[in-house]
Amino acid sequence: MNTSVFFGALTVAGLAAGAAAAGTLDDVKARDKLNCGVTTGLVGFAAPNANGEWEGFDVAVCRAVAAAVLGDSSKIEFVPTTGKTRFTALASGEIDMLARNTTWTFSRDVDLKFEFVGVNYYDGQGFMVPKELGVSSAKELDGATVCIQTGTTTELNLADFFRSNNISYEPVPIETNAEAQQQYLAGACDVYTTDASGLAATRATFDDPTAHAILPEIISKEPLGPLVRHGDHEWGDVVRWTLNAMVAAEELGVTSANLSEMASGTDNPEINRLLGTEGNLGEMLGLDADWAAKALSVGGNYGEVFAKNIGEDTPIGLARGLNAQWTDGGLLYAPPFR
Amino acid sequence: MSILTDPPKESFRPSMLIYDTRYRSMTIQVIALIGFLILVGWLISNTAQNLAELGKEPSFGFLSEPAGYDINQRLLDYDNQNSHFRAALIGLLNTLLVAFLGCITATILGVIIGVLRLSSNWLIARLMTIYVEMFRNVPVLLWIVFIMAILIESLPAPRDFRGDTPEATMNVFDSVAVTNRGVYVPEPLFHNSLGNIHLFGDAAVRFDISLDLVAFLIVLGGSLFASTKIRIWADKTQEATGLRPTTWHMRSAVVILPSLLLLVLLGFHLGYPALKGFNFQGGIHMRNSLIALWLALSLYTAAFIAEIVRAGILAISKGQTEAASALGLRPKRIMNLVVLPQALRVIIPPLISNYLNLTKNSSLAIAVGYMDLTGTLMGITMNQTGRELETVMLGMLVYLTISLVISGFMNWYNNRVKLVER
Amino acid sequence: MSDISFVRREMLPPKDPPASEVGVVGWIRANLFSGWLNSVLTIASLYFIIRVLMGLLGWAVVPTWSATSLTECRSIFEELGRHGHNAGACWGVISERWNQLLFGFYPRELQWRPVLDFLLLGVALAPVLFSDKVPAKLIYFTAIYPFVMPWLLWGGTIWTPVAVALGFVIAYAIFKMLAEKTSELIAMIASVVVALVWWLFLASLFSSALAAVIPLALEPVESRQFGGFMLSITIGVVAIGLSLPIGIVLALGRQSDLLIVKTLCVGFIEFIRGVPLITLLFVASTLLNIFMPPGTNFDIIMRVFIMVTLFASAYMAEVIRGGLAALPKGQYEGADSLGLNYWQAQRLIIMPQALKISIPGIVSTFIGVFKDTTLVSVIGLFDPLNLTNAIRADADWNGLVWELYGFIALLFFVFCFGMSRYSMYLERKLQTGHR
Repeated sequence: MNTSVFFGALTVAGLAAGAAAAGTLDDVKARDKLNCGVTTGLVGFAAPNANGEWEGFDVAVCRAVAAAVLGDSSKIEFVPTTGKTRFTALASGEIDMLARNTTWTFSRDVDLKFEFVGVNYYDGQGFMVPKELGVSSAKELDGATVCIQTGTTTELNLADFFRSNNISYEPVPIETNAEAQQQYLAGACDVYTTDASGLAATRATFDDPTAHAILPEIISKEPLGPLVRHGDHEWGDVVRWTLNAMVAAEELGVTSANLSEMASGTDNPEINRLLGTEGNLGEMLGLDADWAAKALSVGGNYGEVFAKNIGEDTPIGLARGLNAQWTDGGLLYAPPFR
Repeated sequence: MSILTDPPKESFRPSMLIYDTRYRSMTIQVIALIGFLILVGWLISNTAQNLAELGKEPSFGFLSEPAGYDINQRLLDYDNQNSHFRAALIGLLNTLLVAFLGCITATILGVIIGVLRLSSNWLIARLMTIYVEMFRNVPVLLWIVFIMAILIESLPAPRDFRGDTPEATMNVFDSVAVTNRGVYVPEPLFHNSLGNIHLFGDAAVRFDISLDLVAFLIVLGGSLFASTKIRIWADKTQEATGLRPTTWHMRSAVVILPSLLLLVLLGFHLGYPALKGFNFQGGIHMRNSLIALWLALSLYTAAFIAEIVRAGILAISKGQTEAASALGLRPKRIMNLVVLPQALRVIIPPLISNYLNLTKNSSLAIAVGYMDLTGTLMGITMNQTGRELETVMLGMLVYLTISLVISGFMNWYNNRVKLVER
Repeated sequence: MSDISFVRREMLPPKDPPASEVGVVGWIRANLFSGWLNSVLTIASLYFIIRVLMGLLGWAVVPTWSATSLTECRSIFEELGRHGHNAGACWGVISERWNQLLFGFYPRELQWRPVLDFLLLGVALAPVLFSDKVPAKLIYFTAIYPFVMPWLLWGGTIWTPVAVALGFVIAYAIFKMLAEKTSELIAMIASVVVALVWWLFLASLFSSALAAVIPLALEPVESRQFGGFMLSITIGVVAIGLSLPIGIVLALGRQSDLLIVKTLCVGFIEFIRGVPLITLLFVASTLLNIFMPPGTNFDIIMRVFIMVTLFASAYMAEVIRGGLAALPKGQYEGADSLGLNYWQAQRLIIMPQALKISIPGIVSTFIGVFKDTTLVSVIGLFDPLNLTNAIRADADWNGLVWELYGFIALLFFVFCFGMSRYSMYLERKLQTGHR
């Protein structure tokens, strides 16, 4: 009897949790809360502060989506996921979107049935070594001990790189960045490899950052971006265009400082369409007309979010590089808002 | 007479299924079985429905695809072009390795600490109590990461061995290098090696057997057998004459000489580790992840084993020892013939269940990056293929098999010692 | 001349034993230096203790309590003239994050609720654990507590726990009513069915209707906001609380003569005990939603509760089976001779005694489960161990190890040590009561 009581209680809880309805967008609106999957902690990209509020570059994307859909960037719940749990959490509907420095790959898109809505950070896998080793190229790393973060594409890229260059190495798989850093600093591995942004972020917190060099080789393309479930195109569009709105806003010069001014109407029709004073783009998405303005009011445009969380003035100090606007020689290129 | 007292034979009525104790148990069982089958059916149909919705047909085909990742510690040959199945096998062997090593050291440590806890030296007894409480009351996962951190931070890195005035030097006549990447010890090599036998061709379970090792084991086994024969002969002589012939020199010669001869014939020598390039090369490399996990598991389990051993020793009443010495037995034989057989009956069952726990706890290896079954099959393979259902089920099945084998052994042992008790 | 002879009239006072045999010195001789081996051991361990203490104190006693980042700590060490990687402890991280380590992301202003909850837990357990020292009436509070506890933790309307509790009342009433008219078996099946119908379909209607009329509610808190030690303790308490009834059923099933029931119970227990908890947590994090009907979605904490409960109930079943086996056979036979049926015998005679014997085992199962809750860090829940990763992902604290691990280890130690001491005390008490 007690077993059935238990299952009864569970089912009650299950019903209370609510069944997923047809569209994620309707779900999110009905729930009045966005569930966003993030990492359990990566410097600059997502981490809770002392008050338990999440901050970071990936977090900013989540907040922008929450603001666009629900009008309030605090109506959001951050679901920390590990490399293992992130895809099942998304597939099972536990989270509505995943913004967890996840690499866009063919098999994840096609085989695992997810939809990458865009790229919020163009990254690549690099190597960091202590300068005292005197290594200037990754090809000189024959026989080295390499610390890698598991649960990512990193170990596959690494295996491919060393195999194609026909040199040997000793992999040391590590779950979290914090532990990898500890091993690397103590000399338990010669090289630390992960995404170049992560390397820079890690190096920035070292006692003596100048004693470590990031090698010139970038051995893989790592387009990191938010993703949603396959098949729910309305929701995918919302996330995709929120991201695009952030990128386009930078290109068009819309910042959090001049947002309210511009939202009252400008001479530039594209800005007007973006901010909802002209056309009905919001309606097409199933959102309010000023959805993009709300999204931008959280942290500003892409450039501002970048500068605040991981930019050159932060301890992490990443240059824009590939992540500059296409007009500045980068890869960021938002399709037109029309 | 009994015919009169018997109630008249009733014909079966459906209500008897509920009211008649003879049939009621049947009813309950049938209900339980139906309930269970419904539950299982419900789970399976849910799973099928959900998987169909996700578009993932359950299949184990991924096991034969190339794994694509490397594993640092491998007991069999493996490279990243081998299949996921091979990777899982490597992981399983690593699990078994750390479990095996852990059980041995945990037992040795546990027995020592358990005995020392009963020591008459107040300080030692207290220290051991502190040890036991410290390890029993802090989660093993914390101990694993803690010990890993200690190893990494306190031991010298290979780069410290470099240069004209190195900060660290090798130990034991320059043969053992203790670094924070692990310990490098000399490896046995043979000039006239017999070579290897390769088994199972190209199958995923292929492996090599070193003929040198086989030969050594055969010789050792043979000499141990001979040594046992000598002991039996000594026992017989003692029974016949009352005097026990001194046999230890004969027995040790029988054990040691043939093995030594074989080693000389094979051209045995040691390969020493040496710092080349980034790392030490040569020798056997025991990685720090293995050492940390092994140490943490043995120290943690030793605390529990110490308690078991202490309880086992305390359980043997003093009268037993006294009676044995009244019979004129020497202290060593009292221990062997009277105390140990009784104490072991108390100690062994919980000891084996601690071995079981240790084996299961070895799945926490991922915390230090030791590539055991959880790290390969239920770790990287699961991440890369997205086959959660299949990998987790397979992993659970393997662990279950290991556990059942160990507990099967425990039951066998329990039954065996039961016969001793009359 | 004549008075040379000397006759002692009074006794000499007994001499003190030599200074080396009594007092501190004597004690030291007897207990620390009673032989050369012991002396060597003592000196070696004294040396070891002093070395460890010196190192530890030198590292721990540093004025870094108010530092706000690791860089600040490092500059403090520079001023103190200490250098190197582990120059000293950076306690600033604890002073800034202790609240997070204890409560996770539970809203600050609501943290009285978990605190009150765990205090009430003590009150609820008192009639069971210290039955001789508290009024017996307190047992009623123990009965209510399982419904109060989730309400305090999760908040929401009070009518939800009331509705759940009402399900038990209804089931009991129906059982009583039918048991007199028909057989107990029918009554039990009927009551279970009615209770299930109530919980599945009517309870939510009932609670929302009443909530609309009498809105008695606490501010709801999402389980996602649970974290730190609070999460560990909650998982431990919920798992043990729920696993107790399941464990009893499994233990009885394992002992029963009914072949199918027995096989099912043994299969379940051996399966759960045969796999590591971490694989069950993988099931919770990746598979449980696949096993449930499409559309249901427990949050991860609920799923962890389910799997840890199943895990604990298998161990609990073994503990209770031990308790049942320890009862003398006469108790069973006595119950039979009184004409009690199976359930009456269990309820009135067997279980009260068996459970009492099992309490130490239950407590150690609890300690085990509580320690094992650190494993949830592997699937991304913010237990204390995983919080260290989140804290170290803050650029201010990146690179800290010992302070955080040490703090967590200390808290776990205090908690588990207290519990195990209690269980030992209980064991002694029960033993004397038994002979």
